[in-house]
Amino acid sequence: MIVRISGEGQYRLDDSDAQRLNELENDVVSIVEGGGEDGFAAAFATLLDYVREHGAELSDDELEPSDVILPPSDVSFEEAGREFTGEGLIPD
Amino acid sequence: MAGLTGRMSTVVKAKVSKLLDRAEDPAETLDYSYQKQVEQLQNVKKGIADVVTAKKRLQMQESGLQQNVVKLDTQARQALAAGNEALAKTALERKNVAQTELQSLDTQVTELEEQQQKLTDSEQKLRAKIEAFRTKKEVIKAQYSAAEAQVRISEAATGVGEQMADVGLAMQRAVDKTENMRARADAVSELEAAGTFEDITQLGSGEDDIDRQLKQLSSQPAVEDELAKMKSELGQGAAAPQISAPGGAAAAEGAQGEPAQAEQPGQSGGQG
Repeated sequence: MIVRISGEGQYRLDDSDAQRLNELENDVVSIVEGGGEDGFAAAFATLLDYVREHGAELSDDELEPSDVILPPSDVSFEEAGREFTGEGLIPD
Repeated sequence: MAGLTGRMSTVVKAKVSKLLDRAEDPAETLDYSYQKQVEQLQNVKKGIADVVTAKKRLQMQESGLQQNVVKLDTQARQALAAGNEALAKTALERKNVAQTELQSLDTQVTELEEQQQKLTDSEQKLRAKIEAFRTKKEVIKAQYSAAEAQVRISEAATGVGEQMADVGLAMQRAVDKTENMRARADAVSELEAAGTFEDITQLGSGEDDIDRQLKQLSSQPAVEDELAKMKSELGQGAAAPQISAPGGAAAAEGAQGEPAQAEQPGQSGGQG
C-alpha cells in the first residue's frame, strides 16, 4: 500500500497497516466533525507519524501512483473543517 | 487495490484524481505528456519566485518599521522630558502599533520561508520524477510491443501526474497565503502612507483620524505601562503636568473607559 502525505512524499506501507491507519484517520475526522479544535493537531500528527514510522519512503525516481493520499502536514483546523465535513463532502 | 475507507483520505484522493483527469487527455501523445511535465516544472519555478518576491517585500517593511519603533521611542522620551505627556502618549501608541505590525510581519516571513522550502523540495522531487519518466519511457518502448508499451508508459505517467497534481495543490496553497500576506503588506503601506509612523513632532495639538484609529488599535494598558516606566526613568512622578494637546489627553481618557476595544475587526492594522 502506498500512502502519500501531500507536499511531502510517498511511503510504502504493509497492507496490514490499513486497519490502524483507518482508525487514526477516523479519530481525526471525528474531532473535525465535533467542531472543537482541541486535539486536532495532535491526532493529525499521530496519523502522519504513523505513516512516516511504519512506511519506507519511495525514492524520487519511482513512478507509482498512491493508494491513499493524506492532507499536507500544515493543514489547518479550518481547512480540514471545510474539506472533510458538511458541504465539503458533496462533490462539486 | 489497498486503500482506506476513511473520509479524509477519500476526499483528498478524489481532489487529486480530479486534477489528474483534467491534466490527462487520453488522446494526448506520450511525448506531449513529457512536454507538459516540463511546463509544469516552469510553473513551479515561477511560484517559488513569487513567494520570494512577497517575502522580500515584507522584509523591507520590517526594517522600515524597526526604524520607526526606535524613532517613536526617542520622541516619546523627548516629549516626556519636555513635560508634554499627551504627545508622549501619542508617540507610544504609534510605537505600540508599529511593534504589533512587526511581530505579525515576522510570523509571516517565517511562514513564507516554510512555503518556499516546501515548494523547492517539491520542485526537486518533480524534476527527479520527470527525468525518471523520460528514461523509463525509452526503456519501455524498446522492451515491449507498442500496445503493451502504451499501457506501461501511461501507468508511469500517472505516477508523475500525481506528483504534478500534488505540487499543483501545494502551489495553490502558497499562492493563497501569499495573497493574504500581500493584502496585509498593503494595509501596512496604507498606515505608512497615512503618516502613522511619521515624525510625531509634526503633529498639531489636535487629534486627527489617525489618532482615533490608533487608540482603538493599540493596547491601552501596554501604552500606560510604558508611559509609567518612561516617567520613572526620567524621574517624574505620577502627577506629571499635562501641558499641550488637550484634545488628545481627553480622548485618551475616553478610550480608557472601553479597554475591550483594543482589537477591532475590520481595522486593517492590528490583526495578526
